[in-house]
Amino acid sequence: MLILSPANEAEAAAMVLDARAARRPMQIQGGGTRAGLGRPVEPDTILSSLGLTGITLHEPAELVIRARAGTPVREVEATLAAHGQMLPFEPMDHRALYAAIGGRTAGEPTVGGLVAVNASGPRRLAAGAVRDYLIGVRLVNGRGEVVKSGGRVMKNVTGLDLVKLECGAHGTLGLLTELTFKVLPKPEATATLVWSGLEDAPAVDALTRAIGSPFEMSGAAHIPAGADRGAARTLVRLEGFEASIESRIPRIADLLSDCGVPERLDAEAAQQLWADIGDGRSLGADPDRMVWRLSVAPTRGPEVVSRARPIILDHMYDWGGGLIWIATAADGDAGAAAIRAALAPCGGHATLVRAPYALRKVVEVFEPLAPALRSVTADIKASFDPEGLFNPGRMYEGI
Amino acid sequence: MTAIAFPTPDPAVLARRPEILTGLAALVPPECLIESEDERRAFETDGLTAYRQLPLAVVLPRTTEEVSAVMRYLHAEGIKVVPRGAGTSLCGGAIPQLDAVVLGTSKMNRILDIDFANRTARVEAGVTNLAITGAVSYEGFFYAPDPSSQLACTIAGNIAMNSGGAHCLKYGVTTNNVLGVRMVLADGRVVDIGGQHLDSGGLDLLGVVVGSEGQLGIVTEATVRILRAAEGAQPVLFGFASAEGAGATVAAIIGAGIIPVAMEYMDKLAIEICEAFAHAGYPLDVEAMLIIEVEGSTDEMAAQLGRIIAIARQHGVKTIKESRSATETAAIWKGRKSAFGATGRIADYICMDGTIPTGRLPEVLRRIREITEHHGLRAANVFHAGDGNLHPLILYNINDPVEQEKAEEAGNDILKLCVEVGGCLTGEHGVGIEKRDLMTCQFDSADLEQQMRVRAAFDKAWMLNPAKVFPLEGRVAA
Repeated sequence: MLILSPANEAEAAAMVLDARAARRPMQIQGGGTRAGLGRPVEPDTILSSLGLTGITLHEPAELVIRARAGTPVREVEATLAAHGQMLPFEPMDHRALYAAIGGRTAGEPTVGGLVAVNASGPRRLAAGAVRDYLIGVRLVNGRGEVVKSGGRVMKNVTGLDLVKLECGAHGTLGLLTELTFKVLPKPEATATLVWSGLEDAPAVDALTRAIGSPFEMSGAAHIPAGADRGAARTLVRLEGFEASIESRIPRIADLLSDCGVPERLDAEAAQQLWADIGDGRSLGADPDRMVWRLSVAPTRGPEVVSRARPIILDHMYDWGGGLIWIATAADGDAGAAAIRAALAPCGGHATLVRAPYALRKVVEVFEPLAPALRSVTADIKASFDPEGLFNPGRMYEGI
Repeated sequence: MTAIAFPTPDPAVLARRPEILTGLAALVPPECLIESEDERRAFETDGLTAYRQLPLAVVLPRTTEEVSAVMRYLHAEGIKVVPRGAGTSLCGGAIPQLDAVVLGTSKMNRILDIDFANRTARVEAGVTNLAITGAVSYEGFFYAPDPSSQLACTIAGNIAMNSGGAHCLKYGVTTNNVLGVRMVLADGRVVDIGGQHLDSGGLDLLGVVVGSEGQLGIVTEATVRILRAAEGAQPVLFGFASAEGAGATVAAIIGAGIIPVAMEYMDKLAIEICEAFAHAGYPLDVEAMLIIEVEGSTDEMAAQLGRIIAIARQHGVKTIKESRSATETAAIWKGRKSAFGATGRIADYICMDGTIPTGRLPEVLRRIREITEHHGLRAANVFHAGDGNLHPLILYNINDPVEQEKAEEAGNDILKLCVEVGGCLTGEHGVGIEKRDLMTCQFDSADLEQQMRVRAAFDKAWMLNPAKVFPLEGRVAA
């Protein structure tokens, strides 16, 4: 395995030009903590962003931070925290999922990797996703050109929004070199309320009423009952000024009084629980289980689960029911056909987040595309990377 | 007289006009096809009224299927298409071409589905921005992006321009509030992107469609997020003796971890113009004014306002005026949202839309004054202070060609200034024809060529809104 680790953007561009001349495809990698996500990528050359590090701009009063792609997410979050700020979308950390199956654990998630997978946590429900806070990118495309889009200001409609295209492209549209994020102040206070013993449908109904209230939920999840975890738990999280939270708590409890009396979790336990939900840790703890993430209209969550029930070993809901985590067995297609059939009547998409190499080679990891969208996707890929150098086949075969 | 060029119309297409009209007439009923010159005049410009181009014809389809049939036909015939919502674009995004057919969304104006539980509304693309809020407000919901033109502008146009508004500091702009579209591609194929769920299962195509200024396809339906409104909202007026005081207050509020739902800035001339029109009770004895809105329960608003007022006092605020009633709140926002229209009562104007890093605000305001004075003109400044999106209104006389040229030069200088300090040409109005030739100030050729190749992935022959966004020279295909 050849690892190319450019120290700056110009070196990266030169390496891509060389690769283009040699028609040598490459895996794009940051910390390597998400290498298990997506269809297997075969090239034996890695183009790494780990030499591109450092926070290059942080203007707290302008709510903006910029870092080179190989910068650890942890470093960005620490810098923001020192100013009472945060990445609002709660970055998902894939390490626990892959460590459980013996995946690589030495590396650290980078901002480049985070943007490449657009994976957001529980606050996505209220605050938005990685893609909503990414306001600028620099990258090297497959022609060896340095390209920028967006910038450092949060309102910017100048030209086509290539920033959004790069976010969630899984490294297929270029080597990201520098990212700029809009950030937000950390909430002064947080409270998590838990109702116990609800079945899926009434739980999602309760979450729907909570989110539809004026009391602003920043998290809304449901963990069904399980042998190793006791009764079902239905959770909402409130954030904001102390006084605001204290005034909202009794009102939300009153609104959901038909669900029983909620317990208020202590801060540390709550933080751990939300991180567990966001990263799929408990659900993915058993290494023999395949892990799916489904995005659906929130109220349709329970019916999707019910239709796919025969292949489901475990599941839970985040985003008020709109994000379903599902664990399946490794048999056959790991439940792909059943899950996608269950989604068909209501729309949405499913991603196979964790599965062994052999399965990811034969199962569609990402949502299969309608023919017209597949041709547009292929043409966009070619517009950035005409020779197919970057992560070939990572998202779709032949793209 | 005009500084902005249009491509030379294709004489062969102009000569084929009767045949093209016949072809279109076979696809849509007579009331959906506008042929006469008198009626086509209504479509010859948009919000950038200094420029006019009579279109070949105007088609107003009623359904996605009709749009698809029209696009398929025009694609086969090699005829260019200029999409149009309500025609309120301030950058000329909907201005036609002599050899192009205008395709308007105005007859597709039904709200198809409101789903309060999933907090979405599915609407035809010709529905106006405000009509969405109007349709969901009885349950206490609203559609968040609120451009000043929201009474007239369509969701199709909002998607094309990625429109913002006064409240996007908290709620984001169009791209953060649209979940899905049904879109007709340049060749007539119909695609569905996204839906009622969050995020994309593949590449974020929706992300590049929003803000693409009608170059990637014709959006015929949209699924948008609707949000439950806060219990209450209250705007407060803060008057300052200087722009610096107002700018420092904005920075300090954000620095203190407070994100008000809106922070709007107006300078003295803008205050005078808007107060004369809206009688909102704006202070007339100040150099700069902020409208800061907070929302929540009565207690929450009081607590947040207490902090904001303390910060404003530290920065020398001269007058503070809280809204005392819904009527006063409405008047305060009416004044701000009618800033463009009210300005139009006293002079013609060009409305600029650059964004700057907010830390550069006092410096940029000073240089805007220098630029306009250098050209012998005046500018009124209204803008979204929290996000640095400026709207200098350059006043001039549209019937004086020399003054128009000066106004355009001043506008260009202001936009170059925005880019120079680290900002961008347009925060929410779009590039259109107005800023097309300035794109090279912000982007290198590699940046622009990458954008153009992505554009070509959707429209290989450059038939959709082709005179917009990218400089006419140096265009690339896939």
